[in-house]
Amino acid sequence: MGKTITEKIFDAHVKDEPFAGTKVLGIDVVMCHEITTPIAIADLVSRGKDRVFDPTKIKAVIDHVTPPKDSKSATQAKMLREWAERNNIRDFFDIGSNGVCHALFPEKGFIRPGYTVIMGDSHTCTHGAFGAFAAGVGTTDLEVGILKGVCAFRLPKTIRIDVVGSMPKGVYAKDVILEIIRTLTVNGATDRVVEFHGPVISSMDMDQRMTICNMAIEAGGTSGVCMPDSQTAEYLWTFIKEDYKNDKAAAVKDFLKWHSDPDAVYEKKIIVDVSKLEPVTTVNYKPDQVKKLSEVSDVKINQVYIGSCTNGRLSDLRIAASIIKGTKLAHGVRGIVSPATPQIFEQAMQEGLIKIFMDAGYCVTNPTCGACLGMSNGVLAEGEVCASTTNRNFYGRMGKGGMVHLMSPASAAASGITGKLTDPRKYL
Amino acid sequence: MKTFGGPVLFLDRSDINTDEIIPAKYLTEVTKEALAPHLLEDLKLEGFDPQGATLKNSRVVVSRANFGCGSSREHAPWAFEVNGITVVVAESFARIFRQNMFNCGMLAIELSKQELDTLFAECDPSSTICDVDFANKTLIFSWGKGQSKSVSFTLAEFDNALVNAGGWLEFADAKY
Ligand code: SF4
Repeated sequence: MGKTITEKIFDAHVKDEPFAGTKVLGIDVVMCHEITTPIAIADLVSRGKDRVFDPTKIKAVIDHVTPPKDSKSATQAKMLREWAERNNIRDFFDIGSNGVCHALFPEKGFIRPGYTVIMGDSHTCTHGAFGAFAAGVGTTDLEVGILKGVCAFRLPKTIRIDVVGSMPKGVYAKDVILEIIRTLTVNGATDRVVEFHGPVISSMDMDQRMTICNMAIEAGGTSGVCMPDSQTAEYLWTFIKEDYKNDKAAAVKDFLKWHSDPDAVYEKKIIVDVSKLEPVTTVNYKPDQVKKLSEVSDVKINQVYIGSCTNGRLSDLRIAASIIKGTKLAHGVRGIVSPATPQIFEQAMQEGLIKIFMDAGYCVTNPTCGACLGMSNGVLAEGEVCASTTNRNFYGRMGKGGMVHLMSPASAAASGITGKLTDPRKYL
Repeated sequence: MKTFGGPVLFLDRSDINTDEIIPAKYLTEVTKEALAPHLLEDLKLEGFDPQGATLKNSRVVVSRANFGCGSSREHAPWAFEVNGITVVVAESFARIFRQNMFNCGMLAIELSKQELDTLFAECDPSSTICDVDFANKTLIFSWGKGQSKSVSFTLAEFDNALVNAGGWLEFADAKY
């Protein structure tokens, strides 16, 4: 009987099976940010266990509220900073080099096919785009990960999704994943890994695959995962070329060992044909409540937000800028762009994208999570509406009483021009 | 092991997410106790008062499907814990929330939709007490003048071990 990629990764990492069905895995990368790590640090200190299992396998960043907005967030940053320093964690990213974790860590080459990755952050599933098992966990799991380098999981079942057809103009990875979440519903993939296959996924670059895997959690998924291939090798090339003696084909061939076998067992197989898909957005407070933008074009907006671990990457900024170029934000609409990492910011600047945003009236912020989770840099007031490229539209997510409509960067850009939720196709 | 059981808070809605349980703006706190006044502050549920006496006195929450979805923040179980709530009963849980509960040595108990329908229909929300017989894996709901209902539940062996150990750190530290 064949195995899925997740089963293969579990087999390669299992350290113990204390009870039938519970696998304790060795973890290759434990990622930490300043919101969920400080309480773990404080607890380790109070237990007299202020140490880490392997400082080279721990990656830390201050990204959620940065630069700090108040004394409390400054204290969180300080706790993470001092902990990284005294535990010799070299891969620590502070103000000046920090960016949104799920954009920054892949960019640094920390995630590789076949890896196990945990973080105290639900969107850790993003890293499944590299053919890794990457799961969001809570602070206690994180704490044990930091101390012992292990984490316990029930072996998840896998849902296989084949994305087929040809992507219509104006439809992007974000529209595809929103359509998939609509199909699965918000808990349709709970305790499941969602495996993405098919020609549409194969032809996507890593930015797009990360957008797809990023939102697996919005269907309840433990993780999303794509098969590592030439795109993966291309993205990681500067970090892995020595391992493969400068032979890219050898890397791609080696990645095949992780691929799900043709006779792997899936709980469910779903085929999603994107050929007739239109640009979509969420309505209301659940990410599975998805509608065509053309059906909700009378909804007025107060703010556009382009950024986050879902859609704050360079290709996202390029698409948004191509629509925004030469336009102005509609009267009364605020626009915020937050490039997800300093490298993205710099490239966007070199390509003239930042100027395009600023000329249109956008505020461009430093890389941070900021408004995505309603903590800083663009929190909504009661009754306000935001066209957003983020991943979560829960009640209160971007500010109490606010409404968040999730969409692609193209759709957010178009909505900024009209001041209403807008199908981007007429601007392409 | 923690203590389980007491007055019940019924939350008759599915998909209650961790942003509703404890809003992101309180995530800058670095002690669990500081979360206490803000539990369920942003819950979208008709007639629910986050400052009301029902919440303050509760020790057990009974809710619907996909409880604890969204953000991985363990601040959600902690916010329950510092308010004395160590048991959540629901039709289903989001994976991370359920794991966080057991990792803290608390109980996330799944019952069937039918069982929950019965509890929501029959129990008097203002007077229901839930006793937890952990050894026999039974919940005993009692309300009004001597009315009661027993429901049995199951736990995975691992989850049971975490509750007995007092949490995952205790378990893992002794073993790995
Ligand atoms: S950008 Fe938003 S979803 Fe992504 S890690 Fe930051 S807060 Fe979470």
